[in-house]
Amino acid sequence: MKHTLRQVFHSGKFVTGFSIFMGLLLIVIIYPLIITDAPLAIISQGTFFPPGIYVSTYDSIYSPTTYTLMLDDAAAKRIANKLSNEDRLAMQDWLVKDGIPENEIDIANTAILLDLWGKNFDPTRQFPEMTFAKVQYYRRLDASLKGILSTEGVIIAANNAQTGTLEQIGTVNQSDYVNLNKVANVRVLPLGTDNFGRDVLTELIRATGVSLQIGVVAGTIATLIGLILGLLAGYIGGLVDDVIMFITNLFTVIPGFVLLILLSFSIGQEKRGAVTIAVVIGFTSWVWTARAVRSQVVSLRNRDHVNLSKLSGHSIVHIIVADILPYIASYVVMAFILQISSGILAEAGLSILGLGPRTTEVPTLGLMMNWAMIYQAQILGKWWAYFPVIVTIALITFSLNLMNTGLDQVFNPALRD
Amino acid sequence: MKGYRKYFLNKLLWFLVTFVFAFILNFILPRLMPGDPVAAIVARLAQGMSNTTGVQAIYQQYADLFGTQRPMLEQFFIYIRNVVHGDFGFSFSQYPRTVADTLKSAIGWTVCLQFPAIIVGWLIGNTLGALAAYLKGGFDKVLMPVSIFVSNFPAFGMAVILMVVFGVGLKWFPTSGGYGFDLIPNFSWTFIWSVIIHYQLPFWSIVLIAIGGQAIGMRSMSIYELNADYVKYSRFLGIKDWKIVGYVFRNAMLPQVTGLALSIGTMVGGALVAEIIFSYPGLGTTLLHAVMGQDYPLISASTLIITVMVLSANFIIEILYGIIDPRIKAAQAD
Repeated sequence: MKHTLRQVFHSGKFVTGFSIFMGLLLIVIIYPLIITDAPLAIISQGTFFPPGIYVSTYDSIYSPTTYTLMLDDAAAKRIANKLSNEDRLAMQDWLVKDGIPENEIDIANTAILLDLWGKNFDPTRQFPEMTFAKVQYYRRLDASLKGILSTEGVIIAANNAQTGTLEQIGTVNQSDYVNLNKVANVRVLPLGTDNFGRDVLTELIRATGVSLQIGVVAGTIATLIGLILGLLAGYIGGLVDDVIMFITNLFTVIPGFVLLILLSFSIGQEKRGAVTIAVVIGFTSWVWTARAVRSQVVSLRNRDHVNLSKLSGHSIVHIIVADILPYIASYVVMAFILQISSGILAEAGLSILGLGPRTTEVPTLGLMMNWAMIYQAQILGKWWAYFPVIVTIALITFSLNLMNTGLDQVFNPALRD
Repeated sequence: MKGYRKYFLNKLLWFLVTFVFAFILNFILPRLMPGDPVAAIVARLAQGMSNTTGVQAIYQQYADLFGTQRPMLEQFFIYIRNVVHGDFGFSFSQYPRTVADTLKSAIGWTVCLQFPAIIVGWLIGNTLGALAAYLKGGFDKVLMPVSIFVSNFPAFGMAVILMVVFGVGLKWFPTSGGYGFDLIPNFSWTFIWSVIIHYQLPFWSIVLIAIGGQAIGMRSMSIYELNADYVKYSRFLGIKDWKIVGYVFRNAMLPQVTGLALSIGTMVGGALVAEIIFSYPGLGTTLLHAVMGQDYPLISASTLIITVMVLSANFIIEILYGIIDPRIKAAQAD
């Protein structure tokens, strides 16, 4: 046993897969201990906020101390941030119409663009083909640029409760800064929010945990059923073997996915929890394990040590546990690992069809994918809603299969490099 | 030829038995669902109707029409009659259309998408796997991890990534549908071209997934065969290398053919999900609508058709296998 384990942990593939899987598992366990928010709490109004650090505007204005920093590029950055690409293109358009050669205008360089604009723009100038709305747009653009370029601060006013008039309570200068640590409300959303306005990262980690549970439950059930049926069919043989093999052959050709769809549909939306789905997946994916276990048991059944055990009068249970199981253990472990991975994939496939666990309690990776698809995150370019989910699923299945391949190479010497 | 007869008959019998079993499962499972689908339709139809007897009358009419209140056995015979008539009864969510009417076009789209994709993926995957086993070294070192990664990639993940990169980002291909939304199916060049470009993304997303799994299987089989005694013996005899590779490939191929027969069900499942992602007008999308509309005649019929397609594919592959594998002829001759 110790020797086998050492051999297994010498396999590079197994160790890589194992480390990835353990890393994911650690994150799933530790993250909720540090960040205790409810994974399905709706924290934002509106959908798909991009990833980033969200600082309360209110709190940063009222922060106890303000710092004055004199940074040279502050103004330039401010303007560059404010000027959208469309505005830049429009400015270029105007300047070209004004007679400035197009190659002199670099819309990516804010300083040069503004310089040209300031020198050449004339709000009274009208080009014959330009609509009045467009002329107004340029005037507004010019005014707003002047507004940004001004160096005065902004006055903060509040309603006086007694008189009902606006009163100045402070000013914010362009060189005022707050320290992020001093602002009361800062929320980091490393993966933004999803279509319902929930924190994607918290949700994703909870979903990974639930999906892993589904995988393990489904894998355990499938492996147990497969193992028991395979052992019975292989060891007892005769009529039992015929009946079990008949059923197994039936379920080999009937596509498992179809069975899964029919079963989850017949359970109904109300009763479909994560565990129920896992059980259903387990009950539809035992076939391969049963076949493989049976064929191995058939070849083991007439070995000398098994016959000796029989002659010594050991019970069937004892023979199976002591003389047969150790020989098929490596295979069963490998099958179990693969079952976890395919269980997670099956849950995701079902959820995309709208047959996943009901949505009110826990997220799963499949459900997150389903939500992102329903709200067209992929078309809208909201990558944070679906891409991390795909990567997580791929990492889980990849690590499990890598472990499996590693084990396979240890136990099947023919496959070794 | 006489030796094959027993083999064919045996396979045919199996095909029929599985079919009957799948048919019964298809009938029973959706009907076990709690809740009353007719009530849902009536609630939709009788919106704003305050007359309870009127609502009751509508309910009764639909319950009679769909036969939901009859005993299960009687429903089963009605179902068989409908299947034999070829209309599969009425669809709940799209009444008064029949299920057959809803499914007719979907089957064509699915068959034309999935089977070529699976076959192409299988061929490419096997070639790559055999090459990896034969060439070893760098090619193998790169191909293997990539294959493992790709084959474990969820089918919908591949579909979404292809869609985002080539559909949304590069705008080379459209992101959804089977043909341009502004076209009516006909035999003009515009329509055919539109079908072809809509076909690319779903097709390649299925192919890529299939390649990975097949390459891994073929590589293991080929390594196993390359180490076999007959290869060493052939080398001693001085048989040319490419000829040995031919033998090895043929021997490693046989289990891969069986592998295709057995994995086709799983692949179709993945491909159905890919269809949903691309809103391809095939069975996957129909199934999604049926699930949304709680339309069990439609679900039953779609899953039945998928099962029949998979069973037939299986049957055909096994018959072909019987012809190409000499061992089967030998076994039957006894």
